[in-house]
Amino acid sequence: MKRSITRLLMAPSVIMLLVWMIIPLSMTIYFSTIRYNLLYPGQNNFVGWMNFEFFITDPGFIPAVSNTLILLLSVLIITVVLGVMLSALIDKPFFGQGIVRVLLISPFFIMPTVNALIWKNMMMNPVYGIFAWISQSLGLQPIDWLSSYPLMSVIIMVSWQWLPFAILVFVTALQSQDSEQKEAAQMDGATGWHIFRYLTIPHLARPIAVVVMIETIFLLAVFAEIFVSTGGGPGYDSTNLAYLIYNQALLQYDVGVASAGGLFAVLLANIVAFFLIRAVGKNLTV
Amino acid sequence: MTLNQQRKLKTILTGLFAWTVALVLFFPIFWMFITSFKTELQAISVPPSLFFEPTLENFRIVQERSDYIHHAWNSVVTSFGSTIIALIIAIPAAYSMAFFPGKRTKDILLWMLSTKMLPAVGVLVPIYILCRDYGLLDSKTALVIIFTLMNLPIIVWMLFSYFKDLPKEILEAARMDGATPWDEVVKVVLPLSVGAISSTALLSIVLCWNEAFWSLNLTASDAAPLTAMIASYSSPEGLFWAKLSAASTLACAPIVVFGWFCQKQLVQGLTFGAVK
Repeated sequence: MKRSITRLLMAPSVIMLLVWMIIPLSMTIYFSTIRYNLLYPGQNNFVGWMNFEFFITDPGFIPAVSNTLILLLSVLIITVVLGVMLSALIDKPFFGQGIVRVLLISPFFIMPTVNALIWKNMMMNPVYGIFAWISQSLGLQPIDWLSSYPLMSVIIMVSWQWLPFAILVFVTALQSQDSEQKEAAQMDGATGWHIFRYLTIPHLARPIAVVVMIETIFLLAVFAEIFVSTGGGPGYDSTNLAYLIYNQALLQYDVGVASAGGLFAVLLANIVAFFLIRAVGKNLTV
Repeated sequence: MTLNQQRKLKTILTGLFAWTVALVLFFPIFWMFITSFKTELQAISVPPSLFFEPTLENFRIVQERSDYIHHAWNSVVTSFGSTIIALIIAIPAAYSMAFFPGKRTKDILLWMLSTKMLPAVGVLVPIYILCRDYGLLDSKTALVIIFTLMNLPIIVWMLFSYFKDLPKEILEAARMDGATPWDEVVKVVLPLSVGAISSTALLSIVLCWNEAFWSLNLTASDAAPLTAMIASYSSPEGLFWAKLSAASTLACAPIVVFGWFCQKQLVQGLTFGAVK
């Protein structure tokens, strides 16, 4: 087939994505250099780097960046480590495997707003929540999760959503593991740990890369869980970049500063993506 | 213990362990479901009550208070609409990249994926302002356009990785028999990839249904899908968990049940065919 036709077939996707990327991004760049507050229309003079200075010196900036990274890394570690261990443990035939699979994957389909509401109210409420009831039954003081450990609460919610995904991907991948190889190793006297370390882990390298990549895309943008449960508080304790920028733009109407923040978020994502796409790109066959 | 007995014991232990993990992870959903049939008093009773007379009252109140049907319809329209449009745009692109790869195909694919890395907050302000200026705030049109573009890279990737695995000989044979490129796609490629296309569609529908960033920021009531409707239950601090649970159950049930039926395809899809 002619090159021109193949190009023509790709054109709609490529052009639409290009437009989707370039127009808003250049608008963001433009807004970030002018004074632009929705409450004071018409005073849009050029201010240079001022918006960036404002954003970076905002008291919420440092907490937001560190919270974003802590959230990303904690959830990645929890889901990958627990995911690998749990999937290796349940990767044998047992009674009711199909039902277990269905139960395991369910949290992945729960929408983030519902996820946050269930955990905030029914699980973590310090008086009526299930956790409070468990602590009380054990004779312990119930913990007010959302105000004492806000970021950890968000990490728990997000991990609950993504752990099932990791388990399911790993279980699926393990099913293609060579069982003869495992048996041969067992014959030669390899312990369970050795098999796990030298056969299972290398076999999972590629699925792990994929899980890390996909989760990163979604974890850098966690928003609804925070919006619904902690509202970024108390103080800035559970504010991440996405929430901070939302706060600037739609609550304080400062488009200029929010745009500067948006560009910073793009920069951060690019730094993460630079390493990630490289690492993962090798693992994906194209 | 004989080897056989040992093996049996291992199976039982594995099973017990797996069931425990699954039940613990599923518990919050189970609890939400149960609570939706309680009265408000039962919902906050300590110790939690497991046995009670179920009531459907909460579901009636949710429908009355926030018009569930209206928001569910918005969710259906936006997720199905954007999925169909994205498929129409993505199929030709994936087809041409898979069957007629050029030097730059890999770069284009990685570039598409990298647009997913562009955080939504980075473009929140301009999109919000564009929508405001064109009267698209709180409209389904805006959500459909955004969802389409949001999922397009993933859809192209998934279709590409499926198409790539189709045997090229079949296409060559069709061409020998005088099939035009159009015939090739419609009569050979599409019928062979019905499964692939439907699992791609499923994934896209799930992602749109649960999308919360854009729907929270760009809609208020007219176009608000279920994700935004549920968020409205977070503001008043009253104790009305039974109603909250009923609303949540209604919002999640369609997509969770939907997900149960196609979880296998979803794993393959979400990992771009890298895990089979």
